[in-house]
Order: sequence, then C-alpha cells, then structure tokens
Amino acid sequence: MTNKEYIESGILELYVAGALSEEENEAVYQKLLENPDILDEVLKIEAAIIKLTAAARPSDSKHIFTAVKEALGLSKTEPKVIPLPGKPKTNWFAYTGWAASVLLAGGLIWLLNQNSALQSEINTVETEINKQLIDNQLLEEQISRANASLEEANKLLSVIRDKDIIAVPLAGQAVYPEAYAKVYWDKKTNNIYLDAQGLPEPPRGKVYQVWSLTLSPLTPTSLGTIDNFATDDNKVFTISNANASEAFGITLEPAGGSETPTMEQLYTLGAVASTP
Amino acid sequence: MQLELLVSKFQNKDEKAFEALYNMYSDSMHGVIYNIVRDHDIAEEVMQDVFIKAWHNASSYSSKKGRFFTWLINIARNAAIDKTRSKTFKNSKKNLHADFFVDILENHENLNSQTDAIGIKKFVKKLAKKCIEVIELLYFKGYTQKEASETLEMPIGTIKTRNRNCINELRNMLDVT
Repeated sequence: MTNKEYIESGILELYVAGALSEEENEAVYQKLLENPDILDEVLKIEAAIIKLTAAARPSDSKHIFTAVKEALGLSKTEPKVIPLPGKPKTNWFAYTGWAASVLLAGGLIWLLNQNSALQSEINTVETEINKQLIDNQLLEEQISRANASLEEANKLLSVIRDKDIIAVPLAGQAVYPEAYAKVYWDKKTNNIYLDAQGLPEPPRGKVYQVWSLTLSPLTPTSLGTIDNFATDDNKVFTISNANASEAFGITLEPAGGSETPTMEQLYTLGAVASTP
Repeated sequence: MQLELLVSKFQNKDEKAFEALYNMYSDSMHGVIYNIVRDHDIAEEVMQDVFIKAWHNASSYSSKKGRFFTWLINIARNAAIDKTRSKTFKNSKKNLHADFFVDILENHENLNSQTDAIGIKKFVKKLAKKCIEVIELLYFKGYTQKEASETLEMPIGTIKTRNRNCINELRNMLDVT
C-alpha cells in the first residue's frame, strides 16, 4: 500500500478519533515514525478536529485552569497578586478621620490594627518578591503605593493622636449644606491638616480656598487654594498656618484664588472651640 | 518535535508544559464535554476533573498508544459520560437531549466570537446528515469503529471512507489541507 492509499483509506481519521484497537494504533504509530507525510496528515486531521470540537464549547475555558491548578496545589507558577487594600487612602480616612474624632480611643486601636495589617501585607508581598524575582510590574507598583500610603498613614496618625492637636469641625453652609470638613491644627508646627473628604469636587475653573479667620473684628486671611483637590486620593491637605486663627472657612473661588473670600460661596465654616 | 517535548515535560510534572497543553486542548475538551453533559456548570466541573486526572495519570500516556490529543479526549469523554450516569446528574436532568453537536453550533451565540466560527457554522449548515452522525459518534462520543458500524448499520469500510470524506470537507472549510 502506498502512503497515498494508506492516507486515503481513512484509518488516520479513526486513529485521531481513538476508534482503533491497540494493535492498530501501534501499527499507525510505526508508520508515522517512518513517513513524515503521514504524520503531517495526522497533524492536519487533528487540527481540524480540535477546531470543530472547540466550536462546541459553551464558554471560555481559560479560567477553569486556575481551579485545576488550585486543586492540584500548583498555584505557585503564577504569582498571585496580593489584594492590597485598593483604596486605602479614601475609605480608610473617611472612616478613621471621623471615627477618631468621635471615639478617639477606639479609633486609634483600629488604626493601629489597620497599620499592622498593612505592614504585614507588605511583608508578605516582599517575601513573595524575594521568592519569585519575576518581572511583575503590577506587584511592584502596588508595593510602592502601599509603602507610600503607609508612610502617609503613619504621619497622619501621629497628627490625630497628638494631644496638642486641636480638632475643628467645619460645618456645611447655605450654599451646600451637606458639605463638611475638619481641620486638625498643630500649633507646634504651625500646620493644619484639612480633611476635605466631605466637599464636592469643585466645578471646572474653580478651586477651594482655605481661610483663617479672627472673629472680632472679622478678618479673613487666606491660607491658600487647594489646586489638586480632584487628584488627591485621601483629600487630606497639609497647609501651613501661623495665624492666631479663631475659625476656619472654605470658599469656592475662581482658579488662582481671591483676595477676600466670596461669602456667597462659603462652603464650610467652623470656630476653634477653645484657644489654649 | 515540540509537542513530544511538551508532553514529556508534562509527564515530569512541569507546570509550564501543563499550562501550554491546557491552552492547546482545553477548548476542544470543553466542547466535547459540553456536548455530552449540556450544562455549563457541570461542563466546567468535568473539565476540572479531566485535567486533574490527566496530571495525576500523566505517566500512563505513551505516544505508542496514540496521539496525546486522543488520550486526553478519551479521558474527557469518559469523565463526561460518567457524570451523566451519576445520581445527582440524573436527578437534575431528567431527560438529556438526544441532540447532536450541530445543535450547539447552530444555536451558539458564543460562536460569533470564535475565530473559526464562521467556517464551522457554514460547514455544519452544509453538512450532510450522514456526516453529522459519523462525526458525532466517532469524535464527540468516542465510539470505536465497530460500535459506530453497529449503530449506523453499515460496514466498517464504509464508516472509514465516509468519515474520511466528511473530515476532508471540514478541512477544506478550515483551510487545513
């Protein structure tokens, strides 16, 4: 039998289907080893069958492999992306900032827990990297973000914990009653930390301007504009303030800021409770 | 040959090779399994079983016995058929469709996103019933030539040539000539 006749007989199609007996399979295998054109024919038949059967699949098959590897305990090959807190800055601070002001002690414990959790997650990530040393840009990016956010968290935590810090809640005003903000005033360093989470995003071409006020007579002093409001993740801004402030206010001003506050656009206002 | 190397690495528990083979054959196995069980979730379950089994029993494969693809598709069909015989399956699916694979292809929205979909859909539309039957039995159901010959009540020689002609049509459609 010539190779052509052999191919035309249809035995190779049955071979790929697995419809032959064991002896027939071995005979075909011997032929394949000796005749490249027969092997080539088998490869083509196989390719066509693979495509035909694949077309009957109900959905994508890729994700099933993850479950297979997990079941076999093989997950190591693909470096697992450790779910670092995706938005630690935003949620974390929205929570802690306000929780701390209400229940400072409880809040602090919570903060510390969060910190150690974050720290231990970073440790895990670092260990993972040492183990893998595979190019994993995503992971590195996450680590640097986590580190940065941890550093920032620690700094802000130390501010909130400091007994000499004066907390000044700023309440929403007529133009936007739902607005709120909070100032943490560190008199030693002449800094205020403004938590502006509760302010809406300023419209295009406008910025928030922060004012220090003395009450009698009412004298506003600009502490500057918040130009990066939209891009700042945690909406906590550090602003230097060497004034003997009796109150703080935030107004919406045209980009660049104004000389004096536009009182119709006063978003939040709050008086310093007691001046030590 | 690359495939042989991959398979032998896979037999030595190389995970990368395993993944490469999975990517080569998983869609095909998925199609075969789904054609038998006709249920998305159960098909995924069986898929997992099949590849877990393949990993554990890798050493039982030998190229002398046949193609690696053939070895794998055998595991897949058997696992799927076993599933349809299980009690839980029988309880949940009182009556299995007697449909052929072509029904999946014809009613398949997912097909549109697949590379060879158009060709295969055309192929199926054109396909004579005699081709559908023989392909269903030999490739999707794993009948031996003898079983196929008995089921279709025709001599083994006829099965062989008919199947050869049908697969040729498919190959023309897919440009695998």
